[in-house]
Amino acid sequence: MSESAQHADIQKTMLAQQKSEHRKKQILNLVLLALLLVAPAVLYPVFLMKILCFALFAVAFNLLLGYTGLLSFGHAAFLASGAYTTGYLLSNYSGLTTEMGILAGTAVATLLGLGFAVVAIRRQGIYFAMITLALAQLMFFFFVQSEFTGGEDGLHGVPRGYLFGFIDLSDNMNMYYFVLAVFLASYLLVQRVVSSPFGQVLKAIKQNEPRAISLGYNVNQYKLLAFVMSSGLAGLAGSLKTVVFQLASLNDAHWHLSGEVILMTLIGGTGTLLGPVVGATFVVNLEYQLSQGPLGDWVDAILGAIFVLTVIAFRSGIIGEVQKFMRKNLS
Amino acid sequence: MSDQFVLETRGLVKEFKGFVAVDDVNLKVQSGHIHALIGPNGAGKTTVFNLLTKFLIPTRGKILFMGDDITSMKSAAIARKGVVRSFQISAVFPHMTALENIRVALQRFEGHSFHFWKSGNSLNALNERSMALLDQVGLTEFANTTTVELAYGRKRALELATTLAMEPKLLLLDEPTQGMGAEDVDRVVELVRKAAQGRTVLMVEHNLGVVSKLCDRITVLSQGSVLTEGDYEKVSNDPKVREVYMGKSSNSPSASAPENQEASE
Ligand SMILES: Nc1ncnc2c1ncn2[C@@H]1O[C@H](COP(=O)(O)OP(=O)(O)OP(=O)(O)O)[C@@H](O)[C@H]1O
Ligand SMILES: [Mg+2]
Repeated sequence: MSESAQHADIQKTMLAQQKSEHRKKQILNLVLLALLLVAPAVLYPVFLMKILCFALFAVAFNLLLGYTGLLSFGHAAFLASGAYTTGYLLSNYSGLTTEMGILAGTAVATLLGLGFAVVAIRRQGIYFAMITLALAQLMFFFFVQSEFTGGEDGLHGVPRGYLFGFIDLSDNMNMYYFVLAVFLASYLLVQRVVSSPFGQVLKAIKQNEPRAISLGYNVNQYKLLAFVMSSGLAGLAGSLKTVVFQLASLNDAHWHLSGEVILMTLIGGTGTLLGPVVGATFVVNLEYQLSQGPLGDWVDAILGAIFVLTVIAFRSGIIGEVQKFMRKNLS
Repeated sequence: MSDQFVLETRGLVKEFKGFVAVDDVNLKVQSGHIHALIGPNGAGKTTVFNLLTKFLIPTRGKILFMGDDITSMKSAAIARKGVVRSFQISAVFPHMTALENIRVALQRFEGHSFHFWKSGNSLNALNERSMALLDQVGLTEFANTTTVELAYGRKRALELATTLAMEPKLLLLDEPTQGMGAEDVDRVVELVRKAAQGRTVLMVEHNLGVVSKLCDRITVLSQGSVLTEGDYEKVSNDPKVREVYMGKSSNSPSASAPENQEASE
């Protein structure tokens, strides 16, 4: 075979692979969309919205852990800053439409993320995790002390208001489809980001950072942008959650939540976009089921045990295991 | 004339908490040369590479690249200037295909690496050039193979191809033949020879057979400082060099090579 013919062949194989990957992704997206569209017919919309908010939170987190290789232990700070900002604005300025409150919350979380990143991004591994944790604890302290957060009491009765000034969000169905739209848009955005040229550099950094540096990439700038995006989306999740539940509280800022999002992501599987969604669904469901039963006081212990089990035995998470299974049985 | 030298270090020192790993090294690498940096284990060769590429910060001393002082530049900036290194332990992106490894290197020149909104398909424009680079190192048929699945020698070849994709002016190779069988070694020798056309190479190499075949000039490092420098003839006949290698465990291939050389004369 001539060299150029061989080249053409190899590239054809590659493009065919890309195409089939793309097809798979689209089919999966459509299945997800279909499921979420009909879900409120079967399940309680507020519960579904809770899942979607945490799923968005986990997807945002996974942009760092799964695609950049950065473990943040302070992501609750972003969720909370979005939650408080939106809660405060919608409670105090009745002229604001809901989406403005949400945008403002997202913007504040994005800026906070920039601040965190500037301090932490040069650190590696566990040091990075520790610094993000420390900064998040500082934010927690700030939220406790501040007036606008309502301190220990939090913010209650945040009005859901009107989307664009005319869609009544106090109707749970309206609210649900709005949350769904925001979730899907964010999900598709992250999907785009991780497959973009930028995402390719992130993957390179995750897989071999010194090599990425020696190829001339200023890795800290790429990490910084990824971090800022991730914190912005985490803030968006917090803002949405505040509107859905009409409250923002210290629970949103607690390090517990920073740990929980790690748990969701690992259980679902870090390597994929769907992983964190599945993980969030799993954890929110489990917490709900347990809280209904006699094991209510054991929630943390049980989640901890699952966490340990995942790390030891199922490193690739639910989605990872499913993929392995399908590969084994379909080939 | 300093511009005849692509790379020059002046009084380069690296101390680790009192331990001097690199001690007053004055290195001059001439344009177009393949220059070897040899020395026993722990001599400080990799540390010199880390200093040159700023993976470590020099304690003292200066580094000049084509006459410019690059001592205070950052790693990525040095790479963009054309000083590109490989690593002693093969450095690839394991979960990308061979072709994607090259593409991510070529991608930087496109100036769209921050474009997070752009489709990944735009990278397909780089496929043809990536293939050409894979051809150069004999990896054409592995283009679509995930890199973890490649044999060790092939990973090293891929690393070299990725390095070449950067169009480096100065290539720093840290033991490109380490851990390879004789066949792979010969291939790498040919690769380096080809890669060196039109550029300058500084390589750490334990295999003196490789050094004798490839290198125009050799610097011997021992306990952090330069023991001697010259062409292969001069260095291999230097009793000091012999002594340094003899002092080390005699079962390493590099330890016996200078002896054989002497015995045969
Ligand atoms: N980051 C570091 N901290 C402390 N000591 C170090 C560090 N890096 C290297 N050293 C020490 O510096 C000395 C030189 O190490 P270096 O890796 O440069 O040797 P080398 O010549 O490349 O050896 P080899 O042939 O085994 O690769 C060794 O004694 C090593 O232990
Ligand atoms: Mg070394």
